[in-house]
Amino acid sequence: MIKYSDFLKKIQNKETTCVDFTKEILDKIWENRHLNIFITVCNEKALAQAAESDKRFLDGNPRKLEGMIVAIKDNISTKGIRTTCASRMLENFEPIYDATAVERLMAEGAIIIGKTNLDEFAMGSSNETSYFGNVLNPINNEYTPGGSSGGSAAAVAAGLCHVALGSDTGGSVRQPAAFCGTLGLKPTYGRISRWGLVAFASSLDQIGILASNADDTARVLDVISGSDAKDSTCANISPSQTFDNLQNLPEKFTFGVISNKLLNNCSEDIVRAYDFYVEKLKSLGGQPKEISFTNPNIWIPTYYILATAEASSNLSRYDGVRYGFRAEGEGDFVTRTRSEGFGMEVKRRIMLGTFVLSSGYYDAYYTKAQKARRLIYNDYNRIFNEVDVLLMPTTPTPPFKIGEKINDPIAMYYSDLFTISANLGAIPAISFPAGSPSNGLPIGLQLQSKHFNEDILLQLSNALLK
Amino acid sequence: MIEFEPVIGLEVHAQLLTNSKAFCSCSAEYGALPNTQTCPVCLGHPGALPVLNENLLNFIIKMGIATNCKIREISTFARKNYFYPDLPKGYQITQYEDPICYDGFIEIELSETERKRIGIIRIHMEEDAGKSIHDLDIDTLVDLNRSGVPLIEIVSEPDIRSAQEAYKYLTSIKQILLYLGICTGNMEEGALRCDANISVRPIGNSKFGTKTEVKNLNSFRNVEKAIEYEIQRQIEVIRNGGNIHQETRLWDAASQTTRPMRSKEFAHDYRYFPEPDLVKVKVSNERLDSIRSSIPELPLARKQRLIDQYGIPHYDASIFVEDHNLADYYEHCCSYLAVKSQKTFKLVSNWLMTEVMRILSERKIDINELGLNPKFVAEIVDYLSEDKISSRIAKDIFPEVLQNNMSPAKIIEERSLVQISDSSALETLIDEVLANNQDSIEKYKSGRKNVFGFFVGQVMEKMKGKANPKLVTEILRKKLDD
Repeated sequence: MIKYSDFLKKIQNKETTCVDFTKEILDKIWENRHLNIFITVCNEKALAQAAESDKRFLDGNPRKLEGMIVAIKDNISTKGIRTTCASRMLENFEPIYDATAVERLMAEGAIIIGKTNLDEFAMGSSNETSYFGNVLNPINNEYTPGGSSGGSAAAVAAGLCHVALGSDTGGSVRQPAAFCGTLGLKPTYGRISRWGLVAFASSLDQIGILASNADDTARVLDVISGSDAKDSTCANISPSQTFDNLQNLPEKFTFGVISNKLLNNCSEDIVRAYDFYVEKLKSLGGQPKEISFTNPNIWIPTYYILATAEASSNLSRYDGVRYGFRAEGEGDFVTRTRSEGFGMEVKRRIMLGTFVLSSGYYDAYYTKAQKARRLIYNDYNRIFNEVDVLLMPTTPTPPFKIGEKINDPIAMYYSDLFTISANLGAIPAISFPAGSPSNGLPIGLQLQSKHFNEDILLQLSNALLK
Repeated sequence: MIEFEPVIGLEVHAQLLTNSKAFCSCSAEYGALPNTQTCPVCLGHPGALPVLNENLLNFIIKMGIATNCKIREISTFARKNYFYPDLPKGYQITQYEDPICYDGFIEIELSETERKRIGIIRIHMEEDAGKSIHDLDIDTLVDLNRSGVPLIEIVSEPDIRSAQEAYKYLTSIKQILLYLGICTGNMEEGALRCDANISVRPIGNSKFGTKTEVKNLNSFRNVEKAIEYEIQRQIEVIRNGGNIHQETRLWDAASQTTRPMRSKEFAHDYRYFPEPDLVKVKVSNERLDSIRSSIPELPLARKQRLIDQYGIPHYDASIFVEDHNLADYYEHCCSYLAVKSQKTFKLVSNWLMTEVMRILSERKIDINELGLNPKFVAEIVDYLSEDKISSRIAKDIFPEVLQNNMSPAKIIEERSLVQISDSSALETLIDEVLANNQDSIEKYKSGRKNVFGFFVGQVMEKMKGKANPKLVTEILRKKLDD
């Protein structure tokens, strides 16, 4: 993995240039192409941006992220660079506008190196639903990198970028971060504009950041966060200032510890790591306190009702009328376009979502799930009145093998057990690498905090990674 | 035979005259080249998000206040899901469970003295779909300029009891929209659209009959005709022992009938659910107050005031309030009158309704486009009311006033068109006329009274129309009958 501050040192010492460094990265991407991390690599554009960055450094006016190599999950809109969502439906779709996050990155000198693979429309936990084929975990190629931001996590883990943007609807940044041994931040809902993030479940989706360290994560968060007139669900607050606050970890803080009953959903490795990090947090000045959730059994059903309901509507626009894939042949092409253009998992979720919204079932499913979501939201409000942060596993198990769960959707959905509640509660959460106990495969643990308190998550991650 | 009464409710869609669309900054103007007023939002591109146009909110609140609705402090948007080629997102953003305006009413006039209250169930905001163009040989084409244009839907209570009442209700809604300046009211361009829910029941029954929904009512007259047709059709079906099926029917203007829509055309489960891309709509008291104070006097209130203030007949007032510009114009004219009296107010009204409106209808323009200074109308009326000119002269000079934008006072003075009301001068002239027409005097005296008009004509001709006709008649009568 690579770190932006190391790169800056090399630039200062004239050991490299942005163009040389970008070329190095492009070579490495080519060498690692068997991992299937990138759907599109932006060789020429990246080199042009690198040349501009060299000029900026030379002129002595570098911007905040000058020359930083950034990979973008391929469900985030990039003007003139195809944005496929790893779907046949958008195989050749070139957006006519940049996502706000991308625009802000480039305005501060970041170099967009390419678009990373994902589960189709971010629906999946293993990167196996991609129309462009699955991504291999760089640490052990027999394993999945997790999903849906598997390409982004693998790109960071393989050292193919400083930072990658992902999206997190139910754990899609944190779970692959855990599986690939990187840091993965899902900010508070409304922290980063969703303008240009292709919607899966609008009320849960949030752009997230994957990186090797807290320093780089903070730099990027501070640049891409903040209000945006193009997204009314984006909080009307100024950008975060986590980078400046990174070293200001409070001397004393309280942290929540989950019940043994909940922790027992995890494999032994995870439990052991959890206990180890309870001690580590104590050594950093943390005071543990056991907290309780009203009913963790409702998390997964609540999530899969709300997320699929919204998805069924969000994905209605892919009808072959205006852009994207259109099925050949005479007559009603909309049905055929959607039958041929979407993969199995996407279709499964569209059907589930259509079902829960249909008349006669709406109250039993959707209305009830909304109430359940309110309970979870209230749980978090209560918990963060009691403690500053909450320590959670990121996943119930270490990484699983390619093919292990793809034919068992329920088992796949349960790999999101510990990540989903943060999306339902709209709170920020970060997965940090917590060792590699089994076969050298990494596992991750998660810190959560109250709304808009990304500061403490990054401060603690920073301290824990040292 | 059992008599039936119809029960009718109308759903009116009005396109709002905001500069930009409901949820993006594209122009909402009608008539541009197809697909030139579009952006990622109204094209339904991946990742694009809607943002509420604040003017849409202001406009609907105006309409809500004008129709005596309650305004919800917090309301939400919902998605109505269905597939159609001209619906880019596969759903329409609308309001469902908590429309911003609800529980209001308007009054319609059944006669000069009788008014009726029609309840308004709700008024909500939504976006328009694009336009499919089917009548081309090649294929169906889609124009998305209209996609995202703001609409309000006004849903009435089933308080309407005849096709004529429905017509009056619809024209009243249109007038209110025009007075508020928030819609063109043009049904032909689709700026105003109307669907009717119609049922019939035996008179005296309190239970509603089964209703049908009639769509495709694309002109005010068609609304009336279609409802009338549908009422009669339903009565006939029931009288023949049949049942009404709840269904959607289309008005076919060509055959002047309604026909059932194919079931495929309306069998939708719209799967409404809260729109997660938009935040709750909050209306502050400050906003409400400021909008309330911007609401102009509405048509019915204005009509009553014109009657009370100017003493003009109900008929005249109705004509003026139909177009608020005309009513404004009438009041402007009156304000310039030198003598303000019920007589002069009525003279202004007559002048506008005959001379001025004739030209408007000839040229198919509205009063503001005519460019006639209201002061000039007042001048003409002042001359007329003081008998300084004859109405003949007034009509003669009017085209010149209009064409050269010249003051009538100036024309009258310059050409000394003021009529002669000096009886001694007139008497000399009349004596002259009588002297030269002895034979006609004989005819008159022998009982052919219509010859009287000949003498008047002779005098007027000699005076080039400037003689006061009343005075001429008076003197002539005295001389001939004595």
